[in-house]
Amino acid sequence: MDFSMAPGTFLFEAWQARASLLSGLGVTLLSSALSIVMATFCGILMGVALSYGWWWLKLLSRLYVDLMRGIPVLVLILFTYYGLALFGVNVAAFWAGVIALGAFATAHVAENFRGAVESVPAGQMEAAKAIGLTFGKRLYYVILPQAFRRMLPPWVNTGLEIVKGTTLLSIIGVVELLLSAQQQMARNYMIVEFYLLTMVLYLIINFALAQLGALLERKTSYLRY
Amino acid sequence: MTEPALLQATDVRKHFGEIEVLKGIDLTVKQGQVVSLIGASGSGKTTFLRCVNLLEEHDGGEILLDGDPVGYRTVGGTRKRLSETKISAQRARIGMVFQQFNLFPHLTAGQNVMLGLTKVQGKSAAEAREIADHWLGRVGLGERRDHYPYQLSGGQQQRVAIARAVAMQPRLLLFDEVTSALDPELVAEVLGVMQALAESGMTMLLVSHEMLFVREVSHHVLFLDQGRVAQEGSPSEVFDNPESERVRSFLGRFHGIFSR
Amino acid sequence: MIDYHFDWSVIARNWDKLTDSLLLGLWLAVISLAIGCIIGILTAYARLSGKKWLSIPVWAYVEFIRCTPLLLLIFFLYFGLPEFDVNFLNKTESFVLSLSLYAGAYMSEVFRAGLSSIPKQYVEAAKAIGLRPWQRQVYVVLPVMFRITLPAVSNNLISLFKDTSLAAAIAVPELTFTARQINANTFRVMEVWLTASALYLATAYLIAILLRMVERRYASIR
Repeated sequence: MDFSMAPGTFLFEAWQARASLLSGLGVTLLSSALSIVMATFCGILMGVALSYGWWWLKLLSRLYVDLMRGIPVLVLILFTYYGLALFGVNVAAFWAGVIALGAFATAHVAENFRGAVESVPAGQMEAAKAIGLTFGKRLYYVILPQAFRRMLPPWVNTGLEIVKGTTLLSIIGVVELLLSAQQQMARNYMIVEFYLLTMVLYLIINFALAQLGALLERKTSYLRY
Repeated sequence: MTEPALLQATDVRKHFGEIEVLKGIDLTVKQGQVVSLIGASGSGKTTFLRCVNLLEEHDGGEILLDGDPVGYRTVGGTRKRLSETKISAQRARIGMVFQQFNLFPHLTAGQNVMLGLTKVQGKSAAEAREIADHWLGRVGLGERRDHYPYQLSGGQQQRVAIARAVAMQPRLLLFDEVTSALDPELVAEVLGVMQALAESGMTMLLVSHEMLFVREVSHHVLFLDQGRVAQEGSPSEVFDNPESERVRSFLGRFHGIFSR
Repeated sequence: MIDYHFDWSVIARNWDKLTDSLLLGLWLAVISLAIGCIIGILTAYARLSGKKWLSIPVWAYVEFIRCTPLLLLIFFLYFGLPEFDVNFLNKTESFVLSLSLYAGAYMSEVFRAGLSSIPKQYVEAAKAIGLRPWQRQVYVVLPVMFRITLPAVSNNLISLFKDTSLAAAIAVPELTFTARQINANTFRVMEVWLTASALYLATAYLIAILLRMVERRYASIR
């Protein structure tokens, strides 16, 4: 690799491509963040249903979780993308992708929530009942704080999977980081260099996410007993 | 029976699948009384206690707390389960102390006591802290308010659990084998706290294997055997004149303790 | 949606194509798992060797794969390797290489955990009867480790099978690629994707059930 800044060198081309790459990076970050928020919110609700729901609600959410685990994300994305149009919902590819990724990760968060909640000894729920706390308060003040630390590592993993999964949005034409890099390659033919550059960017995002998880784990270390 | 009963159980039944663990229990606890349930493990004592606090649902008979049926209301002859909110409200009138303490590990001793006061009774944090300090002091743990459960011994944890239950000013306190999980040398401090509570006029229903203690503090003792009340009466009636061979052999095992 | 009329004949007409492509995906997953297991065992031993020049590169490999999107790896090897005059891989082989490297990193972690969890007494007993170091590994450590890690290996096979859908991106004619092709030709969106989903789902659970049976068989020996 020639590291001078003359035209035709990697650094020059990367500088030329900076705006497109940054906007691709932005799309990757935004779609990841939206999917993670959606998966966390819906996943916790579904986790509550899995752990404490009426039998039919448990069954439905179990069915959902098992469905999502058996179907590839890419198929979900394509299905959502092509399928939503049939419902007369004209959503942009971006939103189809975010919804599909979020729906997929919801199943992971829900299952992870259930596992964490079940790891809290049964006596905790009973003691919380005995002092007269209602269901929501038992969950909020007693069960969740104890389950939280256990949920954290798999939640970070789900986050990593989502970030990596956003590359699949390129297949339905969302110009996220991978596709924007590929568009640049089509111009400058610097295939190896730009793929490596893209890899480094993903490494940075995912490394940062992992660090954030570690930080949260340290910050909540007072919850260890 | 002149005084109205605080807790009145009539023909309480409970099945776990095919097995009938409670085969019709009758029991009355009056205001200010200490009533004890004794008997071999598996006799249904703990299950009965859990039914009173709705941790289990009895499926026959009736449990009245201050005249209100616990867990159910009767509409046109059929029993209907109370709403979650009403059940929680009923539980708040009954305190319970568990064998395994069940302190909330993410909260300090003080916060354990305050949780019900603020989130159930809606007291302000300042008021709740005052009450918590008072009761932690009464169980001899005023200094340990800011300790987490893992920093306390078993006996101290159980005393915090008692403070947590009493601070809610319940009508009735349930004790479920609260000394069984403790090392022998820690039993006395917990029994001491319970005795002080009994003497202060707290209404208590307890399941215990501490026969000496039961005999000393109880007003009324019930011996349960295979889901039925085999014998009941004042402590001296039950302990000194066991009616059946089963009661005699059960109490015989504790003979060493009596002669201590 | 209300006026969508299902027409399953398109599925019937393309059934052979769909099942062929399903089998191709399954095959790709199995080969990649096999290669991944070999990479995984070698790197797991390297990681546990206690030699830094061996364990640090393995650590870097595992972390790198964990943080790199599979699709990016697939593209990189498919479009990038020819730049280094590596031209002998066709698109299917290139995909298998990507998926194997991916699987290798995950299997490395699985085997590392498995190797570390083997009770010391087994190795000591093997020493006591005079087995040489490599014999201890082949006859004692590895068989025990495979039993311990079998559930994790099965989970990885299912994941890899689902990941074969990404081969569609470089036009390997597996199920997702075929489904997309039929979708483009016929516009029978619901039929096509419902069928593809059902096929993936059924295969994934079939693998799960079969491997659960294998696990149970070995569990009784353990």
